[in-house]
Amino acid sequence: MEINYKIDQNIAVITWNMTTSPMNVLNDTSLPEFEAAMEKAFVDAEVKGIIVTSAKPEFIAGADLKMILRNQDTDPSEMMEVSMGLNRLFRRMETQSKPIVAAINGTVLGGGYEVCLACHHRIALDNPKTKIGLPEVKLGLLPGGGGTQRLPRMIGMEASLPLMLEGKDVSPKEAQKIGMVDAIAASPEAMMEAARAWIEANPSPIKPWDQINRKTGKIEARNNYKVPGGGVQSPTGMQMFTIGTAMTVDKTKGNYPAPIAILSCVYEGLQVNMDRAIEIEARYFVQVARSKEAGNLIRTMFLGLNSANKGASRPKDIEKTDVKKVGIIGAGMMGAGIAHVSAMAGIQVVLKDVDRAAAEKGKAYSRQLLDKAISRKKMDEAKAEAILSLIAPTADMADLKGCDLIIEAVFENRELKAQIIPEAEAMLTDTGVFGSNTSTLPITGLATASSRPENFIGIHFFSPVDKMQLVELIVGKETSDYALAVAIDYTRKIRKTPIVVNDSRGFYTSRCFGTYSSEGMELLKDGVAPTLIENAAKLVGMPVGPLAVTDEVALDLVYKIASQSIKDGALSEEDTSYQMGKKFVELGRLGKKSKAGFYDYPEGAPKHIWPGLAELFPVAAEQPSVEEIQTRILYRQAIETVRCFEEGVIRTKLDADLGSILAWGFPPYTGGTLSFVNYVGIEKFVAESDRLADTYGERFRPTNKLREMAKAGKGF
Amino acid sequence: MAEAYIYDAVRTPRGRGKSDGSLHDVQPVHLLTSVLKHLRDRNNLDTSLVDDVIMGCVTPIGEQGADIARTAAIEAGYAESVAGVQLNRFCSSGLEAINMAAARIMSGQEDLIIAGGVESMSRVPMGSDGGALFMNPQIVANHKIVPQGISADLIATKYGYSRTDLDTFAAESYRRAVEAQKENRFARSLVAIQDELGTTLLDFDEGVRPGTTVESLSKLNAAFEKMGQMGLDALALMKYAELTHINHVHHAGNSSQIVDGAAGIMIGSKEIGEKLGLKPRARIKGFSVIGTEPTIMLTGPVPATQKVLKRAGMNLSDIDLFEVNEAFAAIPMYFMDQLGADHSKINVNGGAIALGHPLGATGAIISATLIDELERRDLSTGLATLCIGGGMGVATIFERLN
Repeated sequence: MEINYKIDQNIAVITWNMTTSPMNVLNDTSLPEFEAAMEKAFVDAEVKGIIVTSAKPEFIAGADLKMILRNQDTDPSEMMEVSMGLNRLFRRMETQSKPIVAAINGTVLGGGYEVCLACHHRIALDNPKTKIGLPEVKLGLLPGGGGTQRLPRMIGMEASLPLMLEGKDVSPKEAQKIGMVDAIAASPEAMMEAARAWIEANPSPIKPWDQINRKTGKIEARNNYKVPGGGVQSPTGMQMFTIGTAMTVDKTKGNYPAPIAILSCVYEGLQVNMDRAIEIEARYFVQVARSKEAGNLIRTMFLGLNSANKGASRPKDIEKTDVKKVGIIGAGMMGAGIAHVSAMAGIQVVLKDVDRAAAEKGKAYSRQLLDKAISRKKMDEAKAEAILSLIAPTADMADLKGCDLIIEAVFENRELKAQIIPEAEAMLTDTGVFGSNTSTLPITGLATASSRPENFIGIHFFSPVDKMQLVELIVGKETSDYALAVAIDYTRKIRKTPIVVNDSRGFYTSRCFGTYSSEGMELLKDGVAPTLIENAAKLVGMPVGPLAVTDEVALDLVYKIASQSIKDGALSEEDTSYQMGKKFVELGRLGKKSKAGFYDYPEGAPKHIWPGLAELFPVAAEQPSVEEIQTRILYRQAIETVRCFEEGVIRTKLDADLGSILAWGFPPYTGGTLSFVNYVGIEKFVAESDRLADTYGERFRPTNKLREMAKAGKGF
Repeated sequence: MAEAYIYDAVRTPRGRGKSDGSLHDVQPVHLLTSVLKHLRDRNNLDTSLVDDVIMGCVTPIGEQGADIARTAAIEAGYAESVAGVQLNRFCSSGLEAINMAAARIMSGQEDLIIAGGVESMSRVPMGSDGGALFMNPQIVANHKIVPQGISADLIATKYGYSRTDLDTFAAESYRRAVEAQKENRFARSLVAIQDELGTTLLDFDEGVRPGTTVESLSKLNAAFEKMGQMGLDALALMKYAELTHINHVHHAGNSSQIVDGAAGIMIGSKEIGEKLGLKPRARIKGFSVIGTEPTIMLTGPVPATQKVLKRAGMNLSDIDLFEVNEAFAAIPMYFMDQLGADHSKINVNGGAIALGHPLGATGAIISATLIDELERRDLSTGLATLCIGGGMGVATIFERLN
């Protein structure tokens, strides 16, 4: 039984309490039961009203996303029928005449909130932690249970569109303020009491968009309902759809179908009555639910991310570990950031630098971040103090005694690290693990300085640490499963997402990100207008253009890394990144930090492409299409990921996908760099890569394995 | 094929399109009936010989709705047999009406048509009819549809017209319009609008501001910057990825004025003129319409002109005078740039920047102005062209007859 049915004082209380799922969700199991319970209450003459609530801490978390993924390939008309089935139930709830009250005892999202919208009255338990909202858009979907129709009809288009387009959730108090719920209650008892009272006072409620048919006496959809705040064909509506669409396209670059579909549901649906409106919504829902973009977002950014966060890559047979005291060496940007996120997770932190002042400065960084959180009302002073008290700045290595984990975050210098490692390692507990925060230096090499290389692991954080969600864990030749488990448990504890890679040059993220930057330079060398390169990249969904991002990384670093690779025999001097880095270092244009790189960075004005660039790389008379530039940029990153995957640098498809999205912002709608191959289709990917290789160079050439996969018609 | 002759042209003055404008208390249908009555009265026209009244109107809702052309024909006291149709090809509607009338005369199916347009922008605001083109999220998103002002600024940005370039053009439009008014050059077509008591409400284009200079225009704020920042610039730039941004250089002083006005042109066959004892003033040598890229939207006059010249077997040098609608200063500037047309031949009596652009009527008004000026200067051939919302262009070649 997923749903309990009980009659109490002539009121049917329908309580969601799923046993087949940790949270209440709308799926093939729960919905038929819910519908049966509703029907039972509708026909029972003794029942004069219905309360819908939940026995779990949450109300209903939403639709079961696995169900949506399963149905992606079903016939659209079949999916439409399923979708309309749910909508007919919701419509029946509001048009059969018995009052239905949603007693919202906890978080209610998506389809769950649409259940509440179909009720006649909504009372939420006042708990600031409760989230109420329609987050479908974040997964490439839209509220397909009448949400795009009922919410704007209830609270107006202007208030409801941002909620649906941003997928933002609100607290019960806020929900009451904007009209998403009608009342809030201080306790579960008060909530149920208020629900009963409302039923008592409203024996036959009718939605404002419905009316009673004079002949039949039945409730039917009203044709002339006036949307609060103005309808579609009103001056407000005109402004809203023109500007709203432009702003939405600007944000999504047109790469995500769902937000525009939400606008269309409101635009089209609010011009017809409720019965016809839900059909319009259902048609758009089927379209977006079947889209590749929704599939990718659900797979990678919801199910995938959840499983990574739960430690999907963790060695299974190691017992759970728990880092209680972490030592951090180096209190610069990275070290201070690592100290901060560790303290935020309640871990005791010893922050060491060469002198006390430098270590104090690292702690001050935490103070700054906490102050910002306080000013945004996301933190109170007492809690901030408690967090700060966990960070102990020091200049004395001995203070690291007893740490379960020590992370060094000193300069990327092999000798310096080699000097610190044995000294610090001595302070660890017997089972303690040493982590090196490096983005480029091979872990196996660094581990030679360690007396316990099996307990040595790479823990690559991204900057700024407090904002970047990803941690790339690098397993060296000797690294044990135990060390990996400790690193993953720690990453989970600081609420970040771990991916696991094997040791190699640039690991996974730096290596593949490098190809993005590098392809931007190749395009520049080919005479493509720099503005066109940058805009094409941003339009296809990269957060920053390749030239701008290279400026941010700094060209001297590009040069340094390329030079090292040449020294190690892994790169030729013809390499474009090397050549470009060398030239710009000679010019003294190191990037953003020197206020001069591919861009100029004038004081108090936005950056702009350096005019001198046109002399170094004359813009060709014939420019490629935006699509061609985008193909080069995306394929280059994808093919490098394929190589990483085949070489075993990256272990799983999920880690590859998540790493690409979370580390350097590969567009989420593609599902990530490996899913991108499936997104375009493996056959097309191979054919197109061959064409690119023939035209622009062997860096695009597909691997033999990829060819075999294409032949078999099998993607990743 | 029959020829389409122009026998007469009448237009109202253009009143400021605001609640303080001189024509604001005149209903749009009244503007149109005035035009129809003048055409009838000054030509002693037997209206039963008129086949149709074709009128452009861009916002045909409210009191401009329900086929304002037929409404005006009835109300003006034309014979019952005179039909009426309202059409909408946005800003070119007045010229579109002329072209449709010409085509029907040329086809030999009809003899005499009054073609023109009306727009009371002070009473029925521009854009108040909404439309899927500007509102439907799928259409806006798929085709990157932005308001005209953004498109005009996009043209200026793409082709490198600075604020000063545009203001210089605008100031010249004002200078020419002031001179034309002083010399009474609009007299032949322009009729005063009177109230029911016979008092003249307006007898000149009231937007013309003598003393307008580049310096005085430079003080005005850009009109579309704020709008552009609300996602519309970004939307347009998605199609123009070679640009980093849009320069917002158009403002109230270098864009067309919002005004009220109407116009009607009497177009008929050779035979009907003889029957009526009317002397033809000009003939329509050719016309064209064309679709262009809808985001930049307003580049249509160039290909429309090329198309009509080609069809008529003419060269640009065969045209003595041009009327290129000054929807925004960038439009005639782009026209001159792309075709190499000389400014001394374009909008010689000023344009919509100084005189106003009553959307549905402008195409007919500039045609009237063009024919009047060909006569005044004793020149032969003129071309009228307008840019159009949704990305279109229209052009018509008029040839004087003597």
